[in-house]
Parts: sequence; structure tokens; C-alpha cells
Amino acid sequence: MSKNGPIALAYHALFVIFMLAPIVVVCWVAFTPEGFLSFPIQHWSLRWFKALAFYPEFVAAFWRSLWLGALSSALAVTVSVPAALAIARYRFRGREAMTALFMSPLMIPNIVLGIAFLRFFTEIGLSGTFIGLVLSHIVIVLPFALRLTLASAIGLDRAIEHAAVSLGASEWTVLKRVTLPLIVPGLASGWALAFINSFDEVTMTVFVAAPGTETLPVRMFLYIQDNIDPLVTSVSACVIAVAVAALVALDRAYGLERLLVGRGSHGR
Amino acid sequence: MAYLLSLPALLLFAGVVVIPLAMTVILTFHDWGQYKGIEPVFILKNWREVFGDPYYGEMFGRTFRIALIVTVLAALFGAPEAYILNRMKSPWRGIFLLVVLGPLLISVVARTLGWALLFGGNSGLVNKVLLSLGVISGAIPFMFTETGMVVALVHVLMPYMVLSVWAALQRLDPQIENAAVALGAGPLTVLRRIVLPQAMPGILSGGVIVFALAASAFATPAIIGGRRLKVASTLVYDEFLNTLNWPLGAVVAVLLLAALAMIVIGANRLVERRYAQVFG
Repeated sequence: MSKNGPIALAYHALFVIFMLAPIVVVCWVAFTPEGFLSFPIQHWSLRWFKALAFYPEFVAAFWRSLWLGALSSALAVTVSVPAALAIARYRFRGREAMTALFMSPLMIPNIVLGIAFLRFFTEIGLSGTFIGLVLSHIVIVLPFALRLTLASAIGLDRAIEHAAVSLGASEWTVLKRVTLPLIVPGLASGWALAFINSFDEVTMTVFVAAPGTETLPVRMFLYIQDNIDPLVTSVSACVIAVAVAALVALDRAYGLERLLVGRGSHGR
Repeated sequence: MAYLLSLPALLLFAGVVVIPLAMTVILTFHDWGQYKGIEPVFILKNWREVFGDPYYGEMFGRTFRIALIVTVLAALFGAPEAYILNRMKSPWRGIFLLVVLGPLLISVVARTLGWALLFGGNSGLVNKVLLSLGVISGAIPFMFTETGMVVALVHVLMPYMVLSVWAALQRLDPQIENAAVALGAGPLTVLRRIVLPQAMPGILSGGVIVFALAASAFATPAIIGGRRLKVASTLVYDEFLNTLNWPLGAVVAVLLLAALAMIVIGANRLVERRYAQVFG
């Protein structure tokens, strides 16, 4: 296979600059000592990072996003496991339709889900509650959890389970001691992908959250709607730092390519 | 047994997806007034208003025009990048794949904020760079314009296109390229006759994803477009959380969903029929 020529590499450099420019600028501006947005900045300062301590709504929203992501992803994985086992092992009527239904939150625009949840939760009195947030987030992250759970359930070697049964293990023991341990890597990566999607979700959540239950992206979005100042850039810089850390950890643990493409990478 | 296993997920989806969506469709037929609020009656007032007032036609036109331009630009710039990445050697390939796909994990709000900073009125950094390079002769307004929305959306959705083309290129056997070269094909011929046909399913399926996400994007158009330049999703947001005319907002949302479903399903059919042998 031939190598990339100089034109290809120049194109690649411009492409990388395009992809990174807005992210770098946000982090850079966050270090301004001034009381207003200025770019490029003249001096470096941690003023706006320290200022975060005096805006408890951002800090509270950050913790809420973290809990919401962890909880809704864990619940989505829990619900996914039996569903994935059913889809992977049985041929039954409505199997295709059911899979399509579980994957549908990927197809339905989040804005449509947002208003549907708003209407529904208002009717049943869950509007603006944390329970409402969790329910809606389980639904939108379930496709990600299910996809990776399903992949590992399909890849499971049934012979191991049969061996356990022939050695006298009960169905429950097989599930607990053989099946679940074998699909745990798939569950973990499914949880991670679900968590990231929950943590970043803004379009749907903006309809479900209320003052007091706002997630971090919603809080940031509403803040930017009113004014863009260095404070929101320092919040964004923190979010970016968390994402980069997660990215590196995920890549080390699982391989980003495998996680995003959803199948094993073909080495060359 | 299978039904029993899927029961928790089925119950959840019946309760929290099917019922709310059905309620939204019913909502489109309800009446609404400034003082009386939502009245549960069956009328076509909201549908008539959306189809009758050219404002909504213009808004939907803008939404799908932006989505189409974003899709074409993402394919035009993303596909070559996926090919270049595919030809890189490790560790560079892994590193740059991380750089290009990594932004997917960063909140859309933070990425759009970056573009708002870069655009920053007529004296923004993007304009300064373009002016100094002589690409443009006068400052282009990016903030509160369709141009700005397109640039930011291309950036936000680019990883999906690169990912999709990358996945398609993984099936490409480098030996075929070598065989073509050995048989005397020039580099351009190899690109056009060998690489492009094999990358095409990836470009098309990536295009479908990017189009659907661009047409229903919310945070980016809201931040870059401001309060006046509306697309479908920002209009829905306004009707639901500012004007409080929920039935009207529901009509716009249901229309967006229906239009997107038709376009996505139609495009997928087309791609699958055309490339049945590649996908098979």
C-alpha cells in the first residue's frame, strides 16, 4: 500500500486544525484574567476557574449530570441484558419489530422525544423531577447499551453453557456463573457509551429538566442563550477535560474504534 | 420465554415512548388560546396554520437546505480524510482517529461555544485568518447566519461521516489497489475506479446519519442562529417553552419526524438495493 503524499498530509493537517480549533479556543479563552471575552489572551490566569466555586448551580448541575448518567446507564444495561439474550437466542414473532422499537430512540429526533416527554410527564406529574430525568435518559441511552450487550450476547460460545448444564448446573447458576461473567466486558462498554450519551444530552433534557433539576449541558445552554462570558468557557474547559480523560481511558481499556464502530477492528 | 425476558424493556418503551408519542400526535389536534390554554378538542386549526402560513414553509425549507449543504460538505471533506487516516501507519492512525472522532464525546454545547468564540462578530478570528490569507475580500458575517450554522454543524457532525466511511474502507482489501497499480492504473484511476466505489456505501450511510442529525439539530442552530433565525427544532422549542402554544409546536415536531422518517427510510432502501452485493 502506498503512503500518503504531501498534498494528502497538508489536507490532513488542515482537517485536524478544523476539528480542534473550536475546542482549543474554548480552553484557551477560559484562562483569561479579564472580566470580558478577549482573544487571543494576553496573560494567563485561573480567575474564572476559581469563580466557579461561587456559582453553585454549575457545580450542582455537574454532580446531577454525573449521577443521572451513571444511574440511567446502569438501569439501561440492566434492562438490556434479558432483552439482548432474548433477541440473540430465540426466534419469535415480533423479534424484528421489537428490536426496531428498542433502537427507535436513535431514529426519532431528540427534540420530538423531548416534547413527548414534556407532555407525558406534565400529565402524570413527573415534570421537572429527577425520576422523570432518569426515565427519559434510560430510553435515549438504551439503544447504545443494547447494541453492545447484544454484540457480546451473540458472540457468546454456547458450548460453555452447555458444558455447565451437563455438569449439573441449574439454569440460574449458569446465568450467574457463566453467562453474565462472559458478557461483562460488553456490558461495561455499553454502560460507558450510554453514560457519555446521557452526560452530553441537551436537546431532549432541556424539555424535561426544570430549575433545580438542570443537568450541566442544559445549564450551560441556558447560560449561553443569555450571554457568553469567560465563566461559561471555564465550565466548558472542565467538561472538555473530563471528556478527554474519558476518551483516553476508554481507548486504553477497550479501543475507541471498537466502541464506536461497534465491531472488532481488522488489524493490518 | 423470549417475551418474558424482553418484558421489562417492552413495558418501559410502551410506557415512556409509545404513549408519549401518541399523546403528542393527539396534541396536534387540540386547540390553544393565550388565556384558555390547551383545550382537548379535535380540530385541524394547527395543521391548517402550519400549511397555510408561508412562514413555516420557509422555515422547513431553511432546515432541510442547511441539512443538505451540511451533508454534502461533510461527505466532500470527511471521505478523503477517512481515506488518508486509513492509509496511515500506527501509531499515527490511532492517534489521529482519536483526534477526529474524539469530539463526539465532548458536549455539543461546548463545541458550539468554540465556534461562537471563533466567529465573534465581523472581527472574529475566522474572518481575520480568511482576510489575511486573501480567501475573502470583506468580512463574512457568521454569527446569526445560515453560513455560521452550516460551518458549526459540519464540525459537530463530521465524526459520524468519517466513522462511516472508515468502517466501509475497513472492508477494502489493499491488495486490490496494488493489483490495479500493477496492471498500470494511475493513482487517480485507482481512486476513482477502486477506492471510491468501495467507499460509496459508507459515504451514503454516513450521509443519511448526518442529514438526519443536521435537520433535527437543536443546540448548534439555537446558539449560532440566535433568537431570530429559526430552524424546525428551535421553533418547536420556542413554541413549547416561550409562547406555550404546545399544539402548534407539536405539529411542527410531528412534521419534522414524518419528513425525516420518509427521507431516511427511502435513502436506506436506495442504498441497500444499489449496494446489496456489497452489504450481503
